[in-house]
Amino acid sequence: MSTQKPAGLRIRDLRVVFDGFAAVDGVDIDVSPGDVRFIIGPNGAGKTTLVDAVTGLVKATGSAAFDGQELLGRKVHHITRLGIGRTFQTAAVFEELTVLQNLDIAAGTNRGLLTLLRRRKSVPDSVAQAMETIGLTSARDRLAGTLAHGQKQWLEIGMLLVQDAKLLLLDEPVAGMSQDERDTTGELLGMLSEDRTVVVIEHDMDFLRRYARTVTVMHAGRILSEGSVAEVQADLKVQEVYLGHAKATSQALVQEV
Amino acid sequence: MTTATGRSAGTGADEKPEHSADRTRRFGPGTPLRAAAGFALAAIVLFAVAPLVLGDFRLNLLAKYLCLAIVAVGIGLAWGRGGMLALGQGVFFGLGGYAMAMHLKLADAGPGNLPDFMQLYGQIDKLPWWWEPFANPVFALAATVLLPVFVAFLLGSLVFRRRVRGAYFAILSQALAAALAIYLIGEQGTTGGTNGLTDIQGFFGFRLDDPLNQRAVYFIIAACLLLMLALVRQLMHSRYGELLVAVRDAEERVRFLGYDPANVKLVAYMVAAGMAGLAGALFVPAVGIISPALIGVVPSIEFVIGVALGGRATLIGPVLGAIAVAWAKTTLSEQFPAAWTYLQGLLFVIFLAFLPNGLASVAGLVRRRRPAPADRKAAQPKSVPLTAETGGAGQ
Repeated sequence: MSTQKPAGLRIRDLRVVFDGFAAVDGVDIDVSPGDVRFIIGPNGAGKTTLVDAVTGLVKATGSAAFDGQELLGRKVHHITRLGIGRTFQTAAVFEELTVLQNLDIAAGTNRGLLTLLRRRKSVPDSVAQAMETIGLTSARDRLAGTLAHGQKQWLEIGMLLVQDAKLLLLDEPVAGMSQDERDTTGELLGMLSEDRTVVVIEHDMDFLRRYARTVTVMHAGRILSEGSVAEVQADLKVQEVYLGHAKATSQALVQEV
Repeated sequence: MTTATGRSAGTGADEKPEHSADRTRRFGPGTPLRAAAGFALAAIVLFAVAPLVLGDFRLNLLAKYLCLAIVAVGIGLAWGRGGMLALGQGVFFGLGGYAMAMHLKLADAGPGNLPDFMQLYGQIDKLPWWWEPFANPVFALAATVLLPVFVAFLLGSLVFRRRVRGAYFAILSQALAAALAIYLIGEQGTTGGTNGLTDIQGFFGFRLDDPLNQRAVYFIIAACLLLMLALVRQLMHSRYGELLVAVRDAEERVRFLGYDPANVKLVAYMVAAGMAGLAGALFVPAVGIISPALIGVVPSIEFVIGVALGGRATLIGPVLGAIAVAWAKTTLSEQFPAAWTYLQGLLFVIFLAFLPNGLASVAGLVRRRRPAPADRKAAQPKSVPLTAETGGAGQ
């Protein structure tokens, strides 16, 4: 869909402090164009806060630049207009609007006043295409609030598609999904990453092993390890942290090794 | 808040949904044919039936109610669709009303003369500078709408960017209505004080005590109401209308799509303010007076009660609600002057508790009950557009 050249995310010394507590404590991350980067870590590691900082939701110091453009200090909607899109842990769609209306709003950021004040005469191509991609064409006129959990997540991804975001930040996109839904989401992810840079926060290790190209492990607001899936799994520090914090996850990690 | 009710526009009649999926397209575009039929019906009622059936006195009362209905149409947009509980529309109603009344007073007095009340207790021998431009009819007419819109722009720019909303927004609006009324009362020499601007004789050269001219005023008001309904219908069904609902339900989410929700809300707020201003301006020739008591806290709340009763997210609901409340007030307060206030409060509570979508949702509920009770149950939660925010503010 997008014909723009993929571009990369560059974060330097990013800090987010809440009441004296450093949720993100001096993080450096480079995500090269076209990468699918998974960010993992125990609860409270600062993963979501990192994404919140990059998208302007919380105040941060340091630097986060995408495509050479500094993001920190800008307003949320300005950052979005630079081509940064995100999803949320709990699907955030407009429940009182239909699937079509949700997507149409996402596609319409650059509409002029006159277009806005008129009725939608036809379905924009990008919206029709996105509905096909996320498999919701037949649910076009259903209220988003009546969709199943997985479908809502896909609708959010569809909104990112029509928004034509170049950097996608997905916060736990497969949480609470069935195995089939995870597979479909994985396929969507593959499609998204063809011409975009993708950052995924995820706890699901199976999902990570199948779809991650690179992995960053965060712990207590800092970067613990970074590299390919195999490199990170072999890292002793990572194993230690996971052993100390979350047994189940650590077992999952060890199993992969 | 069903499309069916939104669609029936002027009719409120008994059209049935084409198929069950219709229910899910509640914000979907209404069919133009049905809307046209609704407007035609409303026009017949307002322009033919009412003048034939009602005497001069009752028709004049209806004219007054229709002014309140114009305010309600705007509140329906700002509150029902935009989630902004505009509890201070009296400010804009007052600005429009005073702008019109100032011109009419100056015209009554004739060029070079002071309005009567200034001569009485003003102790001034010169027209205040801010009265002077209102001698010009074009300026005064434009000001009735543009002044409220401009004030709403200033206020909205400040308030929405600072993310003041919900109950805080409602309280702020309310405080402004109180402030304006108190200011007007304090400036008796130049605003007429508690009495307001009264005893208005003429309306652009026509004498207002002539019943024929009063009818003409009624027709102007009815035409304005239909025009405002058409305008709000267009806004509701436009892409902007969809965006406004999105902002109402998930303001933060809209930011992440690249919109500034403050601007989206500002437009609806300004439109609502303009309508309240127009209504205030039309109220003056219909009733012959504008005073602080008509624009303060109590009337501001009454505007909203009518909208809540009628169904705030629908097009026709606020109109019916406003007329019904105004009519009930006149009728009941004639017979039980003391009871009306209590009854009004009771009505408000009952509607919020049992019929949060107002009278306009009754048709939808009945229709849903008939085919399959289980179906109705499933659809019911969706028919409640209250977000936590507006819901909290509404009470």
